[in-house]
Amino acid sequence: MNEPNKEYIELVKKKMPKSKHLLTMFRAFWVGGLICCIGQGITDLYKHFFSELPEEEIATLTTITLICITVILTGFGIYDKIGAYAGAGSIVPITGFANSVASPAIEHKREGVVLGLCANIFTVAGPVIVFGISSSIAVGIIVLIFKGAFI
Amino acid sequence: MKNHTIFFKNKIYIEDTATIVGPKEHEGPVGKYFDKNIEDDLLGQKSHEKAETKLHISTIKYLLNKTHRKPHEIDLCLSGDLLDEISGANFTMREFDIPFMGLYNACATFGEALIAASCFLDTDNFSRVICSTSSHFSTAERQYRYPLELGNQRTPLAQWTATGVGATMLNNVSGKVIIDCATIGRVVDYGLTDANDMGAAMAPAARETLLAHLEGTGRSPDYYDLILTGDLGEAGHRLLILLMEEKGVKLGSNYCDCGILLFNRMAQDVGQGGSGAACSSTVFNGYVYKKLLSGELNKVLLIPTGALVSKTSSLQGESIPGIAHAVSFKRV
Repeated sequence: MNEPNKEYIELVKKKMPKSKHLLTMFRAFWVGGLICCIGQGITDLYKHFFSELPEEEIATLTTITLICITVILTGFGIYDKIGAYAGAGSIVPITGFANSVASPAIEHKREGVVLGLCANIFTVAGPVIVFGISSSIAVGIIVLIFKGAFI
Repeated sequence: MKNHTIFFKNKIYIEDTATIVGPKEHEGPVGKYFDKNIEDDLLGQKSHEKAETKLHISTIKYLLNKTHRKPHEIDLCLSGDLLDEISGANFTMREFDIPFMGLYNACATFGEALIAASCFLDTDNFSRVICSTSSHFSTAERQYRYPLELGNQRTPLAQWTATGVGATMLNNVSGKVIIDCATIGRVVDYGLTDANDMGAAMAPAARETLLAHLEGTGRSPDYYDLILTGDLGEAGHRLLILLMEEKGVKLGSNYCDCGILLFNRMAQDVGQGGSGAACSSTVFNGYVYKKLLSGELNKVLLIPTGALVSKTSSLQGESIPGIAHAVSFKRV
């Protein structure tokens, strides 16, 4: 009685409004670019003030700073507005990852620290972490096997 | 019963209605028709779930005050919401000494409640029944979608869950508006799987119910001053007009959707319009009921629509079943 109705699915595909790709891409481009510029600016500032630190540590400091700013913006309810405007532009940089960890934490705090906050903190970012760890293991094994080839 | 349509033997009157809505709904085009509005959607509570319950309690209390009824005069309360285990309605009814039956038909719960209440009242065993539904943007977002503070983009087909509660008190003695007949919908699923596109998932169910209603009553769409679907949204509303044309029924300017009425789509950034169990109940109990009282409308057909989706079922690749119930109101 309730078979999938192919004609209807086609009609819906044809008639329902679609994303405005050019507009969303433009927004993602400029906001994403701006976040990267801010990151570069922070790096340059650190380089200026902590000139004795090695490059890698400055990069780590910049990342920490960006994450910190995002978490504060998320807490004040500003980052979700940026995200609603910019889409991928604010999701792809490290700030998007920070937001995806901070937002479920805020949301689930009401169910308690252990079973609420801690259990749900990675509900959004979890897949990214799983794939990140899995792929690093895979790459690690490849490096281990073909060690000779890389040196 | 012809074509799932019931004509009630007794006159089922609306004694009174009550609505309380959130700030965004109050700013919308029909905002002035709602009885009360709240400034802060957390209502000083620790969670939005508690806030929704508090809102629901306040609305029923307000309805009792408005009608000068005591809880013992109410024979039954039929309520529902969108939370898991309809916990909002359950916790609401913890506060009242009124027999309670919880209902769930997603956003069509209000229609389901009205039909069930009318059938009960028609038996003469009941004399006064309250129907109410609530929904809250923040609780629904969290349950069906993502955390509130997550910076993601809403798809162009997304809708905005209404924050508010609408309650109707029905009796079989006196009132200015009656429910003369109703059509019970069946679950219709055309195989759509996009959980963001509720309008398209529910439109076939709305068509099915509307066609059954028109056939069962022998009426044409022009019979009604206003035909209102629950929450198909702008795109779903246009889709239903197309679907009805396929069957040779033309819906004219007397057809609208509660989701479109509730918000100003352009200015309020709500996607295709409002949705949620409170969408049809607040628009009906606020806007439509007052228009019926004033005589601007005489005959209204309300078709609350529901997408019977769960987060688990859509992740498991299930399509979205839709349902719609039609209730016909008449000014007396």
